[in-house]
Amino acid sequence: MLYSIGIAKFSVIKTFLYVLVGVILGMLSGLWQYRYFVWSSIRNELISKFARSKFSGIWMIANPLAQVAIYALILSSVLAAKLPGIEHQYAYAIYLMAGLLAWTLFNDIVLRCLNLFVENGNLMKKMSFPRITLPVVAVGTCSVNNFLLLVSMFAVFALLGHQFSLAMLWLFPLTFLLVVFSVGIGLMLGILNVFIRDVGQVVPIVLQMGFWFTPIVYPLDIVPLRFREILDWNPLLPIVEAYQQVLVYGMSPSIEGLAKVSLVALFFMFCSLYLFRRASSEMVDVL
Amino acid sequence: MSLLSVNNLSKTFRVYRSEWLRIACWFGFPFKSAEENWVLRNVTFEIFPGEAIGVVGQNGAGKSTLLKLITGTLRPTAGEVHVGGRIAAILELGMGFNPELTGRQNVFHAAGLMGFSVEETNNVMQDIQDFAEVGSYFDEPVRIYSSGMQMRVAFAVATAHRPEILIVDEALSVGDSYFQHKSFNRIKEFQEKGTTLLIVSHDRAAIQGLCDRAILLENGFIIKDGVPEEVFDYYNAIIAEKENTNIEVKKLNDGKAQTSSGTGEARVKEIGLYGADGNAVEVVNVGDFLELRIKVKVITEISSLVLGYGIKDRLGQVMYGTNTWHTKQVIIDPLEGAEYEFVIKFPANFGVGSYSVQTALVDRDTHLTANYEWIDLAFIFNVVNLDKTTFVGALWNEPNITIKEVSG
Repeated sequence: MLYSIGIAKFSVIKTFLYVLVGVILGMLSGLWQYRYFVWSSIRNELISKFARSKFSGIWMIANPLAQVAIYALILSSVLAAKLPGIEHQYAYAIYLMAGLLAWTLFNDIVLRCLNLFVENGNLMKKMSFPRITLPVVAVGTCSVNNFLLLVSMFAVFALLGHQFSLAMLWLFPLTFLLVVFSVGIGLMLGILNVFIRDVGQVVPIVLQMGFWFTPIVYPLDIVPLRFREILDWNPLLPIVEAYQQVLVYGMSPSIEGLAKVSLVALFFMFCSLYLFRRASSEMVDVL
Repeated sequence: MSLLSVNNLSKTFRVYRSEWLRIACWFGFPFKSAEENWVLRNVTFEIFPGEAIGVVGQNGAGKSTLLKLITGTLRPTAGEVHVGGRIAAILELGMGFNPELTGRQNVFHAAGLMGFSVEETNNVMQDIQDFAEVGSYFDEPVRIYSSGMQMRVAFAVATAHRPEILIVDEALSVGDSYFQHKSFNRIKEFQEKGTTLLIVSHDRAAIQGLCDRAILLENGFIIKDGVPEEVFDYYNAIIAEKENTNIEVKKLNDGKAQTSSGTGEARVKEIGLYGADGNAVEVVNVGDFLELRIKVKVITEISSLVLGYGIKDRLGQVMYGTNTWHTKQVIIDPLEGAEYEFVIKFPANFGVGSYSVQTALVDRDTHLTANYEWIDLAFIFNVVNLDKTTFVGALWNEPNITIKEVSG
C-alpha cells in the first residue's frame, strides 16, 4: 500500500518534470528559431539609443565612466571616506563600485522586465512570435550595458592602482546567477503588471528602498546588530557581498551564501515560468 | 485535406471584480468572473488550399478577433484552430519598425520577427528592394520616409516569402493607387500558386475581386457563409436595418438568392426590361437601347421618395448606378396609395455576360437615413454580342482603329 502510494507520488512528480522539460524545450526551440530577432533587437536598441550622435561608441562608455569617476573622486577624495581594514586611499570608492555593479544589473533587469509586456503590448497583439524572446532581449541589452560599466570600472581601477586578481573570474558565474535571480523576480512582476498596473508604480519605490537595505554604500560591519537580522533576509545580500569579496579583496566568495541565493533564484524562476504559462493565454486579452 | 480548419471556436474576454481573483484562478481557486464578453461563439469553417475567403461584418462583429485567433496572438476560450502551413498575417503594416534604422536594417529586423534567418532574408532582399521601389531611400533611416514609402517597405517584407495562408486585415489600401494595384497583383499571384487568402475588408470590390467565398460575422456568430455577392447583399441589408425592417431572402430560379430589406413605406410592385420596340426582354444585344420600367407603390405617407438603381455584373461589381436625387427628380410628399412608374432609358453598352439590377427606395441620396425598400437582384438580364466586333471586358466602348504604314 505504502509502496503504491510512493509509486503514485513518484509518477506525479515524473509527469510534472516531463511537462516542465517540455515547456522549457518548447521555449528554447522558439528562441532558437527567433535567434536572429533576439540578436537584432538587442543591437537595434543599442544603436537607436545613440543614433544621430557623432561619437556614438564613446557615449556608450562615457555614461557609466562618468558615474564611476564621480563616485571615485567625490566620495574618496573630497569626503575622504575610508573602508575599515584597508589602507588604500580609494578603497571605499572601489567597494562602492563593486556593489553598484551588482545592483545596477539587478535594478536594470527588474525594471526592464516590469514594463516588458506592457510596452510590447501592441506587438504581442499584432504579431505571432515566441513571447519568451522579449525577456531574453531585455536581459541581453542589460547585460551589454553592465559589461560596459564593468569595462569602465576596470579602467578606473587601473588608474587608481587597484590590484587585479584571478578571483575576478568569479564575476562570470556571479553575473549569471544574478541574471537568473533578477529575471526570476522581474518576469513575475512584469506579468502581474499586465493585470494590475499598480505593480509598475510600486516596484520602483520598493527598489529604491531595497538599495538602502543592501550594503552598497556602507559596509555591513557598521550596521547595528538588530538591523542585521533584517538585512539577513535580503536575498541579494550574498551576491552583493560576493561581488565585493571578488572585486575589492580579491578573495573567493562564500559558497554557502551563493548556494542559498541559487535556490531562491531557481524558486523565483520556476514561479515566473509557471505564471508565464498560466497568464500567457489571458495576457493579450487585457493588453 | 483542409489547410485551415476552425472548429467550434469561441472567445470570451473575462472581466473580474478584482484582478487578484483572476490571478488566484491560475492557481486553481474556483473564482467566477464578474462578466463575460463573448466575442466569438462556435465559429466553424474550413478552408482548402487556394481558396480565398473574405470576412465581412460590422465593427465589433468579431472579425479581428477571429483573425488574431487564427494567427495565434490570441488564445481561444473554447474550440480549436488547425493550421496546415505557414501563416503570414498583415494585421498592421510596419509593426516593429524603428525610425532610426535604415529600410534595409528594418527589413532584417521585421523578417526576424517573422522567424526568418539572415540568410533567408538575404536571399529575398533584392526582391524586397525591387518591390518596395523606394530607390536610394532604402539605405536611409525610415524616419525620413513618407508614410507611403514606409508602408511599401513593410508590405514588401510581409509578403517576401509566399505563405500557405495569408491573412490580410484592411491593409489592401497601401500607398498610392499604383502600389495598390501592385500589392493586389502580388496577392493574386500568391493565390494562383496555391496560397489560401483570408481577407477582412469593408471594400466590396476588393473582396469580390479576390474571393470566391465570404463569411459574414454578426455579434460573434457566422450568420452567412457563401458566395461573396450574396453575402454582401445580405450585409448591406443588415447595415440598412432599422426598426420594423425585415430581411427576406428569396431563392431565384437560377439558384441565386435575392435579398430585400427595408421598412416598407414604399415598395417596388413590378420591374421589367423592355427593348426599343416595347417588348419585354431578358437577353439583349450589345448596344441595344433599353427601357427599365419600375412600378412603385407608396404604402404609407412619407415626405419624399427617391428611386435608386444599379446595374451589377456577375461578380456584383456595380457597372453603373444613380438615383432620382442626383437627377433632381425627387417626389415630394407622395400620397398614400399613389403609384408611380419610373422609365429609365439607357443603351446596353456592356460586355457579354449576365447582369443584375438592384433597386433602392429611399428618402434622399443615401439609404442610411431611411430605407423603404432595397432589393438586390431585382431583375437579371443577359448581354450577348450578335453583330459587334469581338471584344473582352465589361464595357462596350467601340473604337475606331486606323493603321497607317509610316516607313519602308
